[in-house]
Amino acid sequence: MSQAVVALFRRPWIWSFVGALFVWLAAVAFTGGTGAGGMLTAALSLAVFTVIVGLGQMFVVTLGPGNVDLSLPANIGLASAVAMKTMGGDDHLIALGLCLAVGAGIGVGMVNYLLIRALRIPPIIATLSASFFIQSIDISYGRGLQIKPPDGFADFTNIQILGVPLLALIILVFTLGASVTLHRTIFGRSVSAIGQNIRAARLAGVRVDLVRFATYVLCGGLGGLDGALLAGYFHGANVDIGNEYLLASIAVVVIGGTSVAGGKANVPGVWGGALFLVLLLTMLNTFGVSAGVRLLLTGLIIVAVVTVAGGAKPERQ
Amino acid sequence: MQAAAAASRATDMRRMIRAMLPALSLALVVAAIAYLNPRAISYFGFTLMLNLAIPIALATMAQMFVIAGNDLDLSIGPFVGFVCCITATLLHDTPGLGVLALLGCVGIYAALGALIHLRNLPSIVVTLGMSFVWQGATILLLPKPGGSAPQWLQDIMSVKTPFVPFPIVAAVIVAAIGYFGLMRTSYGAILRGAGGNPVALRRAGWSLLRAKMTLFALTGLFGVLSGMALVGITTSADANIGNGYTLLSIAGVILGGGEFTGGRVSPVGAVIGALTMAMAASPLLTFMHIPPDWQVAANGAILIIVLAARVLITRRDEAL
Repeated sequence: MSQAVVALFRRPWIWSFVGALFVWLAAVAFTGGTGAGGMLTAALSLAVFTVIVGLGQMFVVTLGPGNVDLSLPANIGLASAVAMKTMGGDDHLIALGLCLAVGAGIGVGMVNYLLIRALRIPPIIATLSASFFIQSIDISYGRGLQIKPPDGFADFTNIQILGVPLLALIILVFTLGASVTLHRTIFGRSVSAIGQNIRAARLAGVRVDLVRFATYVLCGGLGGLDGALLAGYFHGANVDIGNEYLLASIAVVVIGGTSVAGGKANVPGVWGGALFLVLLLTMLNTFGVSAGVRLLLTGLIIVAVVTVAGGAKPERQ
Repeated sequence: MQAAAAASRATDMRRMIRAMLPALSLALVVAAIAYLNPRAISYFGFTLMLNLAIPIALATMAQMFVIAGNDLDLSIGPFVGFVCCITATLLHDTPGLGVLALLGCVGIYAALGALIHLRNLPSIVVTLGMSFVWQGATILLLPKPGGSAPQWLQDIMSVKTPFVPFPIVAAVIVAAIGYFGLMRTSYGAILRGAGGNPVALRRAGWSLLRAKMTLFALTGLFGVLSGMALVGITTSADANIGNGYTLLSIAGVILGGGEFTGGRVSPVGAVIGALTMAMAASPLLTFMHIPPDWQVAANGAILIIVLAARVLITRRDEAL
């Protein structure tokens, strides 16, 4: 028994869940127990959106040092506009709208990798430059866009089963799929192999370019999906709808125990990290602190959590 | 024998072109501006266009020091904003306290370097967290835009140098300090070694902890200088003033020929990269009559064009 506990605490993702539990307990203690369940429901509904992009970002980060997708916020913004415009408030067009939003995201991923590969630009700069373009497209495409999502779609993003958002359940299943993909498929193993040593992976016959391309496309597609769902949940598209997901997507990946040096991904940690971030904000809101204090504490707590959780990783040679 | 000599000469040649690339990019942008509006190429024109170049160059320099140690600072933008607010409030009202606060900022950076090294933490996440801290502290210090830069700072930033506009003079000075400090001193070589080959450095008996702390402290120092220069130009501060600086500074270092790993950075290149970004960021677009919707895209396009040009020139070099 105690061995099992020790083994559990050796897992890199456990700290994100411990952190999430702590901030939840702190918030519940403050309110004297009222709204504990509601807090969890709200946290789950919001965490889902971070998990979706977090998973995409996790695959990208696992590709190795310097790999990160900075175009996610712009991608999410554009996809939210594409989804709302396509659906046009009509329940029959929900599927088409979702497909086109994901398609837009996939397009963004393709452009990202084209820039990385053809121009040999570091991914940070490539995805950053791409995001400038996407932002402009979004601004001119989505100008004055005030289309509400179809009722069916808005309801779908808000359905709860016994206090658990349906979307959270779907994404949980999807997360399991991502876990299987990472650990049990050639694609997932190739991503890890490239992150550990790109040269060795190439010599071992991994189709490095194809795998990296697929990873950026996957991340882009997930960004697109996230944009459509966010527009449904928040009842409308918005250029800035994805802004907070740049920092959040990177933060949950790392808080969740994925190695920034690449080659070592951690799927459950993305959930832990997302819940931790959302519950942290809930807790600080419950305490009723000012915006400045909230930001200050968020930052300090993130640094503290990383400090406690980190350190076990061997130095990259 | 002769063929080998010719080949090595050709390699040298390409290496030289590669080293010249940041300058070529800058020349390209200046040429584009000259073509679109010849009158911009004057003392007054450059003073206007390079208005914000000094803080951008200093922030890029700050970013370069962390990149030299294989780290990345995602909080430099909010940090520059925070420094602006300290300068416009504390340093203006109670200079003694202001100086202490700014020194404290440099100290915090050094402590971050120590933390990242000792606990082997990813700098991206730590600085990401710190960006929230700086933002929060800025809002607490200056909830509404305002404050006022000390008069002496405003005077320095509006100096009129003879013949050559002040921003260019300042950029040359910053580049020279960076070049001699990091590339020409023996401890500068140790600092670059912290990113290039930390294992070798440790075996040679150097303290990696001290090197990391020095690199981060230098980042803090140049970040402080950047914020002070910025508020000296704008004369008052607001919480979002430094927002674009994180990305501008990273782009500047890369445009200047720096690389994310291996301690390969170039202070002169970084300053030139910063000038390129400062020029490309807005004046060029105003001359081109680009509609506001597409100005952001044009920014990205300029970045891509410059980097693409770099690939075209260096492609054969890398194939060797």
